[in-house]
Amino acid sequence: MNLELYWQLFSSWFKIGLFTFGGGYAMLPLIEKEVVERRGWAAQEEIIDIFALSQSLPGAIAINSAIFLGYRLGRVGGAVVSAVGVVLPSMLVILGIAVFFTTLKGNAAVMAAFTGIRAAVAGLITAAAVRIARSSIRNLAAVILAALSLGISLFTEIHAAWVILFGAMAGIIIFYYLPQRAYLSTNAGEDKS
Amino acid sequence: MIYFELLWRFFRIGFFTVGGGYAMLPLMQHEIEINQWITQQEFVDIIAIAEMTPGPVAINAATFIGYRVAGVLGSVVATSAIVLPSLLIILLLSRVLEKYRDHLLTRSIFAGIRPVVAGLILSAAWFIAVTVIFPQGLATLTLASIDYASVIIAVLVFLLVSRYKIDPIKIIIGAGLLGLVIF
Repeated sequence: MNLELYWQLFSSWFKIGLFTFGGGYAMLPLIEKEVVERRGWAAQEEIIDIFALSQSLPGAIAINSAIFLGYRLGRVGGAVVSAVGVVLPSMLVILGIAVFFTTLKGNAAVMAAFTGIRAAVAGLITAAAVRIARSSIRNLAAVILAALSLGISLFTEIHAAWVILFGAMAGIIIFYYLPQRAYLSTNAGEDKS
Repeated sequence: MIYFELLWRFFRIGFFTVGGGYAMLPLMQHEIEINQWITQQEFVDIIAIAEMTPGPVAINAATFIGYRVAGVLGSVVATSAIVLPSLLIILLLSRVLEKYRDHLLTRSIFAGIRPVVAGLILSAAWFIAVTVIFPQGLATLTLASIDYASVIIAVLVFLLVSRYKIDPIKIIIGAGLLGLVIF
């Protein structure tokens, strides 16, 4: 039992949960800041791997990511503490609304603040996308895979989980069965360290 | 008992939806219709509220429905039940992954997945940027339909975080306050 680690996991995920507006991808910049930069719990590549897995499994991406990282650092206890931490802020807010207000819609102040937040989130996610693209697209195979995935998700209705599965199969073919060509890659599956 | 009912039904929703919170909403709507937990109008309202409050939409909806059906304890049960499948699956998967983490096959899989996810994140950034730039939707693509104030905030935030390491939480709080002043 490592109470200090549990507390750190809980408070970090509570913070991320409290400031994530607008679904899974919106929390990416926050996770990068808190988990990669501030705590040094994982490298940026590992965050991307965790994100990919989280999206391919049942459940909300934000919560799955918290459980994955929580388990890696603190086993079952860490996973539970992280899940509770990331869910608790939204649960308290919704309970507050359910208990005290009948409706929040139409509240001009909330709408105005939210318009500002949404604009900022757009800027944050774009910056994160550029950062991640730079670190994970380093060879020709990766350029092609990223372009395909971008095209599929912009122009078709194919679910992200299928796109990730496609990436996994392409990875097996390119880097496992054609390893003589994998030297084209500077980072064939290596963790950045 | 109502708590077991909530536990079972929300566990099922959590188990059968891949791809994030939004994918859970149709299943939840189905359960609401069958069980008459809340009205359809309330469900629409709670989704609108959930989009303005932190956290995944479906989890927020579970909390709200649980509260309406069986009070505070009901909300705890519904929220835990929808998260529980993720917890169990990831605990199992993590063990397997850690065992084979350095295997060439695992590394090849992730080498293929990373650029694909980068593409997905770029497309998410694009979709969010479009809704911020054209809040009325893409049906009216005119210069007048552009929300210039939002564009300026988004561009400023992009430039700031690309150049300096600023805490995104401070940016979100700042943008919320700025929104109160200018919108």
